[in-house]
Amino acid sequence: MASVTPLHRTPPAEPPALHARAMDNLRFIRDTMEAAGAFTAVSGWGMVAVGVIAAIAATIASAQHSVLASIYTWMVAAVLAPCVMLWAIVRKARRAHVPLLSGPGRKFVLSFSPPMFVGALLTVILYRAGLVEAIPGTWLLLYGTAVVAGGAFSVKIVPVMGFCFMLAGTLAIFTPATWNDWIMAAAFGGLHIAFGVPIALRHGG
Amino acid sequence: MRADALDRLIHERLRLGIVSALAVNDSLSFSDLKKLMKTTDGNLSVHARKLEEAEYITCTKSFEGRMPKTEYRLTTAGRRALERYLDHMEALIRATRER
Repeated sequence: MASVTPLHRTPPAEPPALHARAMDNLRFIRDTMEAAGAFTAVSGWGMVAVGVIAAIAATIASAQHSVLASIYTWMVAAVLAPCVMLWAIVRKARRAHVPLLSGPGRKFVLSFSPPMFVGALLTVILYRAGLVEAIPGTWLLLYGTAVVAGGAFSVKIVPVMGFCFMLAGTLAIFTPATWNDWIMAAAFGGLHIAFGVPIALRHGG
Repeated sequence: MRADALDRLIHERLRLGIVSALAVNDSLSFSDLKKLMKTTDGNLSVHARKLEEAEYITCTKSFEGRMPKTEYRLTTAGRRALERYLDHMEALIRATRER
């Protein structure tokens, strides 16, 4: 027997609201960008700014007469630089319409933070032990470790920069303390600028 | 914002995906995009061609050894189109919330 089509069909389900479709599209764009794996929450221009701060800090630190005074100068830069970087990261994420702590961004923070926390703790330990000469090398090594770990979820250039910081840290550990300011200037200043510019130009700011 | 201001060219899912992926990469190969979009060669070619015709992306063909390689890049026009599209979507969401 042939099938019978009823005259009064059930009304089709209501199409999704316009804003729901818009949100779905935004989610799709974000997911695609994250899956493409090359969006880096790290701000290239932020890195350039951090590099400039480091270069200024290096100039001031090298004019100090003691290693401790030089360390204090770097500590001021170490407080100022993350604030500038954070501002640049937030600005970049807003411009790219990417949530700051979703997907790769969250993974980056979770991987980046532990070595930085250890670095802060070791600074106190080394300071108390009177081993201030070892602080710059430790900072560079742990900052490099943090960047390599966080960079595993970012564009390739980020972990490469981390390895360069680790190399600089190794150099600082095995060279005279008088070299520390120059190594710190070359790493925190030079590397941030050298890697920051291509990141800014190729990876969204 | 008028509904007809929507860029129909990148409103289509696969094309929107191509433009979004290229927005966060310097360039992507045909096979990278195919994997990322989980689509077929034919489908990707058709949609990539449309974006190319609109000058939203550029396509470079070369050889890597003996293997042909097709590389796509987002143009400035393509990036602007994506930004406009994002603004459009956000405006739609904002308008609904304000209602």
